[in-house]
Amino acid sequence: MPDEQKPVSAGQVRELAEITVTTDSRDYLFAAAKQAQKQYDDYELIVDIDAHLQETRFWPEIIPFMDNDVLRETALQQLKGGIANPLLNSQPGMNFQAMEGRIPHQAGPREKVTNPDKPGAAFVEIMRRNMDFMGVDYQVIFPTALLNLGMNPMEDTELQMARAYSRWLTELVMPQDPRLIALLYLPLNSVEECERMVKEYGANPQIAGFTICSVRNKPVHHNQYMRLYRMIEETGKPLVFHAGPFWGDPSFAQLNRFISMHALSFVHYNLIHMTNWVINALPERFPKLKLVWIESGLAWIPYLMQRLDHEVLMRQSEAPGLKRMPSEYMQDMYYSSQPLERWDMKYTEATFEKIKADTQLLYASDWPHWDFDPPASITTLPFLSEQAKKNILGLNAAKLFNLPVKRVRPRAADVMAMRGPERIS
Amino acid sequence: MPDEMKPVRADNIRELQEMTAASDTRDYLHAAARQAQRQYDDYELIVDVDAHLQEGRFWDELVEYMDSDVLRYTAQQQLAGGIRAPLINMQPGMSFQALGGRVPHQSGPGEKVEDPATHGHPFAQIVMRGMDSMGVDYQMIFPTAMLHLGMNPMEDIEINMARAYCRWLVEKVLPESPRLLGLVYLPFNDPVESEKIVKEFGGHKQIVGFTICAVRHKPVHHNQYMRLYSMIEETGKPLVFHAGPHWDDPSFSQLNRFISMHALSFVHYNLIHMTNWIINALPERFPKLKVVWIESGLAWIPYLMQRLDHEVLMRQSEAPGLKRMPSEYMQDMFYSSQPMERWDMKMLEATMTKMKADTQLLFASDWPHWDFDPPSSVTTLPFLSEQSKKNILGLNAAKLFNLPVKRMRPHAKDVIAARARHRVS
Amino acid sequence: MPDVIVAKASSFPDPGRKVFDVGGTEFGVFKLGGQFYAWENRCPHLDGPACQGKILPCATEAVNEDKTSRGREFSKTDMNVVCPWHGFEFDIRTGRHPTNNAVRLRAVKMRVEGDDIVVSLRD
Ligand code: FES
Repeated sequence: MPDEQKPVSAGQVRELAEITVTTDSRDYLFAAAKQAQKQYDDYELIVDIDAHLQETRFWPEIIPFMDNDVLRETALQQLKGGIANPLLNSQPGMNFQAMEGRIPHQAGPREKVTNPDKPGAAFVEIMRRNMDFMGVDYQVIFPTALLNLGMNPMEDTELQMARAYSRWLTELVMPQDPRLIALLYLPLNSVEECERMVKEYGANPQIAGFTICSVRNKPVHHNQYMRLYRMIEETGKPLVFHAGPFWGDPSFAQLNRFISMHALSFVHYNLIHMTNWVINALPERFPKLKLVWIESGLAWIPYLMQRLDHEVLMRQSEAPGLKRMPSEYMQDMYYSSQPLERWDMKYTEATFEKIKADTQLLYASDWPHWDFDPPASITTLPFLSEQAKKNILGLNAAKLFNLPVKRVRPRAADVMAMRGPERIS
Repeated sequence: MPDEMKPVRADNIRELQEMTAASDTRDYLHAAARQAQRQYDDYELIVDVDAHLQEGRFWDELVEYMDSDVLRYTAQQQLAGGIRAPLINMQPGMSFQALGGRVPHQSGPGEKVEDPATHGHPFAQIVMRGMDSMGVDYQMIFPTAMLHLGMNPMEDIEINMARAYCRWLVEKVLPESPRLLGLVYLPFNDPVESEKIVKEFGGHKQIVGFTICAVRHKPVHHNQYMRLYSMIEETGKPLVFHAGPHWDDPSFSQLNRFISMHALSFVHYNLIHMTNWIINALPERFPKLKVVWIESGLAWIPYLMQRLDHEVLMRQSEAPGLKRMPSEYMQDMFYSSQPMERWDMKMLEATMTKMKADTQLLFASDWPHWDFDPPSSVTTLPFLSEQSKKNILGLNAAKLFNLPVKRMRPHAKDVIAARARHRVS
Repeated sequence: MPDVIVAKASSFPDPGRKVFDVGGTEFGVFKLGGQFYAWENRCPHLDGPACQGKILPCATEAVNEDKTSRGREFSKTDMNVVCPWHGFEFDIRTGRHPTNNAVRLRAVKMRVEGDDIVVSLRD
């Protein structure tokens, strides 16, 4: 063997450690930064309209914002007793998202921060790390643990949590970073409280819209909500449905694996709320109210469009408020991209066309959840034009949420260079 | 005005009456016979894999076949008391299928029949009228009122009804014509009784498969059913899931119009059973068992394929029995065409490609239900080849159900001519 | 085909309808508010006998000023004919489906001459 073919000990070999729940977001997402550099570093604006926080680490900061002293004390005592998610109707023993540790980031974040004691700072720093490494200018943050709160039989827990979370966000967190934006959690079980919150927070420039967590059994077309919708319509900010998992309906109790429940139930509540929204002709009643549907992927949209289009012409007397086809109303709405079904590109393309993705699709990462999509989930789609990619990754959201189209994120190269020397995994 | 331009009193004017529940099926479907004549009269075989009987008219006969004397007596007394579908867990006041009388055939058949002594069983007479008018060689009939029986808390009613129906079918109806085919109703709440009924009726020539009515809360992957599936696999006849409406899950009780519930719930139970079927790898356990999905349209199929494909690669440990992608297993299954979402032809074409309609799609009319599809729902699709149309309308079913490819139906023009003199509406 | 006299105008109730088959061409003649309208007896959906269905007022969603709904009410002005095959509804005056105006019945040329309803049928 000639000399130059012999193996040598390179000076730049670095061993990378296993990724765990304590891994720094910057290492976890190092590969995303590389994608950013290769694929979309020159895009002017990347907006991630759905990222989450794993609040477990932050509950002790949030709880003190609860107005009601009895509930606040209850929550603090639960925290002390080792209940990680106080007052919440979640079932920790039925939590399989992290796949028994296979996907560590879902169980985090347990990484170190520079300023662990300053309230809000840890959260902001961790979010900043992931934004910078995914190459995102603005990120909409949303609390995972509140996703099922609509099913909590204790109505006051929902509204207290909603308020506490909103105060924590607007008073502590968001002032520390203008790149963070948020959606206001609407405690839909108490409509007057919702209206109060819209009044109170609607003008905050970092509150980009209002969320209904979809997992709930309150019909969205009920007369009691009409004043609320009108108020939201007047703010010009969108109403956002955020899907979530639920295993509680008798029919769903047949599903014996988390994957099955997850595949169906996120979509399930969207199907119901969208159907009610359209059949009761709410788009005709609130023509300027912008609607967004988050975190159910895209495959369900053409399904529901076709199913409703098929039925309304036959049953006009059951949906007499409609002046257009259901799919047309649905094409005016906005959808988040994640979790994007990317297995069959031909059908994904047909779906993009059907939902008018060019103008209506909004990129979302859902980071740090197990099925998160980096921006590369969009840039690598073979059938999209450059312009369509830019629209989906940021320009559509900029229009919808009224954000300036102006780069605020660092360059991918700089981000990687900075982390370079300290990288562990 | 010159004489020849003057309006004339034509002698070939016939006034046609309004369609009602008492209209003769041949009049009701006169337009279908004309479509047959124009579009598919030369096709060798048309098979309709799903048509119904509105049993109201025949229930008293069915009840006679019930094994349990106590239940039989109860049913007879209910009939005498004016209860039209005795022992059935239906809510007649919640039946809106007929659209408040707008779609009269759904509330039929109220038509007159010829003397049964010379012309055969009234039920067979009415079904044959439908078949001849739509230009169908073989029709699979299924009892509407039994679609919910899986939810009946009185398990013995399901068992007794299932047997009574099968006996009535093979003893009274099927002997009337070889063009009538039936499916065994499996009393799925009792696996042992289901096995018995497979043994008893599975060998009958005109019984071409076994049905699970999908509206039920017994998980299809449960170990208790494995022997049943083996038995069915051995018969070589398919297992057929028949969708149905259901309004009872807490989440569904948000839907305030029949159209909304109908659009979602037919698909809902398919989604659940199909997901369980795949995730628990039943296609790997019963590789020769043929599975058919009836009456949910087509739009849900690509939706579920994409959603499951998206999740299984990420969560292998929750579906470890799979050796292929969910969509591949689903592409091996068969689907009925009705109610076909025909509004967006591009989407429908993409769907048919995705599900391999050429070999897997089976025409179904669902006659006489409100959303029935005549065979022209297939022949008028602009993107299908002649061969595909023939496959979907009959040849696929012939293969699956082992039917001779040989015309049994009369020619459309003879059908039209035979009725011409008596036509009322 | 020459123009054909199909019925006496005075024989129609209001609202009312008669459906005719003239040598295989089928159409409905409707009377509503003193006016006559004629439509082909062929549904744009799947060719069903659209004119032979129920005549009913059009259902409406009764939305209040504050956007709440009183539920559904029948229109006081608009009457539909409902195709008995699957329920597509068509405004008797315009022939159009109330939800999607592009879905409509084809018009038949018709006039009233004295007491005669006269239609011009295409050959
Ligand atoms: S053919 Fe008229 S509604 Fe279908």
